[in-house]
Amino acid sequence: MKQFKGRPVVAGKCTAQALVSHGGFNTLASFQGALQFGDLPIIGNKYKQTECDDQNNKDLYRKPMLNKALCLPQTIGSTTGGMILFCAKSLGKCPSCLLFSEHIDSLACAGAVLAANWCEEPIVTVDCLGQEFLDYVKDDMQITVDEDGTVTVE
Amino acid sequence: MDYKMQLTPEQQAILDGANGEAMAKVMKTLVMYGEAFGATKMVPVTSEMGHLVTSFGLGVMKPVYELLDKLIDGGAISQQKFSVDPKPLDPKVPSSFLQNFVFKKFMYSVQNEYDSQLKKLGLLDKNAYSCTCYMDEVGNKPKKGDILSWAESSAVVYANSVLGAKCNRNSGIIELFGSIVGCVPYFGLLTDEGRKATWIIEVKTTKKPEAQILGSAIGMKVMEDVPYIKGMNEWLGTELTDDVCAYLKDFGAASASNGAVGLYHIANLTPEAKELGESIIAENAQVYVIDDAELERVKNNYPVIWKNKDAAPKLCFVGCPHLSLAQLNEWTDNLVTGLKKSGLKKVSVPTVFTCAPGVKDEFEKTPKAKILEETGVILSYICPLMYMNNPLSKSMPVITNSNKLRTYTTARYYTGDEILEIITKEAK
Repeated sequence: MKQFKGRPVVAGKCTAQALVSHGGFNTLASFQGALQFGDLPIIGNKYKQTECDDQNNKDLYRKPMLNKALCLPQTIGSTTGGMILFCAKSLGKCPSCLLFSEHIDSLACAGAVLAANWCEEPIVTVDCLGQEFLDYVKDDMQITVDEDGTVTVE
Repeated sequence: MDYKMQLTPEQQAILDGANGEAMAKVMKTLVMYGEAFGATKMVPVTSEMGHLVTSFGLGVMKPVYELLDKLIDGGAISQQKFSVDPKPLDPKVPSSFLQNFVFKKFMYSVQNEYDSQLKKLGLLDKNAYSCTCYMDEVGNKPKKGDILSWAESSAVVYANSVLGAKCNRNSGIIELFGSIVGCVPYFGLLTDEGRKATWIIEVKTTKKPEAQILGSAIGMKVMEDVPYIKGMNEWLGTELTDDVCAYLKDFGAASASNGAVGLYHIANLTPEAKELGESIIAENAQVYVIDDAELERVKNNYPVIWKNKDAAPKLCFVGCPHLSLAQLNEWTDNLVTGLKKSGLKKVSVPTVFTCAPGVKDEFEKTPKAKILEETGVILSYICPLMYMNNPLSKSMPVITNSNKLRTYTTARYYTGDEILEIITKEAK
């Protein structure tokens, strides 16, 4: 077990299994399949758990993101990113929390604060956890996030 | 909740609900956004107009349209008129029966409703759909020093770098919120410190670098940092002519999409580099040297994600970001020369040139419009990205000279010269 102290961007408590992207997380590319086709019969089956649709993300491609603790350095890609996160949260297709090793980027931050103010529940978001966090955490490890930005990995 | 940011009495009143719940939530969202970046205050949006990145009425984006309804119902509409990114559909652009069905009945099923929301929120006019809103023919060109609330990445990097305006790389919706309350959090590219270059790029090529590859190389290297680029005066001169602005438009879009560049300086050319010289380079800036071999390396590393890498192209897009009038003229001249050389009358690959509706109108007033039409090229106001972002289009072998389109879709990148050769030679 190891603890990391980050900064709560949107404070909250959360427990989930880790899902780790070591490279930048392209929000639009990752969520577009689940958002557009997740509710369709047959085609949508492969997106039921918000499977990542970004073929350039070798860590996450085709892995389910729903209700995971998404661990990442920053998000990259289209400036629709924040809006996509907001939609994913509103539609119940979002990870449980976003855990950034670096300072949060403006697009992910937009998604987090939009969800905090305009969705029924926020996306718990912590940043500045450090590279050591991203080096340590592995897929499926148990993650517990506290209100003060402390992240426990076990 | 207590915030560290110092708000003016007017801003505080909005936050406290003086202008209604919707406005209060808009302000609260912006304050939280700014505080995450250490902003200590909000500053007024000083541009005449805004610009929105979201132009598509995608059925699955229902939460966004519900949010917009809350804004409209709560009287939280934009204080400034705004332009918006290009429309996702144009009946002139080739598409199969199945694509048409999916586009209209499934994907962009709420386009009309969304267009109607945009009108209520403050859309400039029916022609205001383009990612190149800063072109004279569109009419949303910020002045030097203007503070903007925009999100479209190619427009933000152009406004910051070529026009000397000030704008962060915001997300969709956040940019609308800034236009609604008339202020944005002061951080990042709005500050003098945030506009300093932390990279020096030394361009040492033996010929004028392809804008789309140079931008891509720099974007991938510096990501969201600010580069100061030397060695370009030999190729671009020291004046922002129409041709140079078109080059910088494509260069910037590639740097913003292949990386996350929001501002670049070019020595002796872009406004702040001209005015402040090398004093805008931060201490201990890193150095990246670009020569012919480096550009070749970058280009050769682009993955080709077509299922059949040898497939004959079925469609070609030129104009992401939208073409300028000067670029349309140049492409038309080059097409005519290319077709004459190969003895063809029409392009051999279905080809779409895209530009802003206003640019299209101006071009269509000139004799070149008929000449372009006779080559078989379709002139459209569509957003190629929106056309490509679905499984049906993904499986099509589409070629483009846009590095942005390459980055976000399965379209295959070729240089402008290569595209010209492909579409003007006999099809296999």
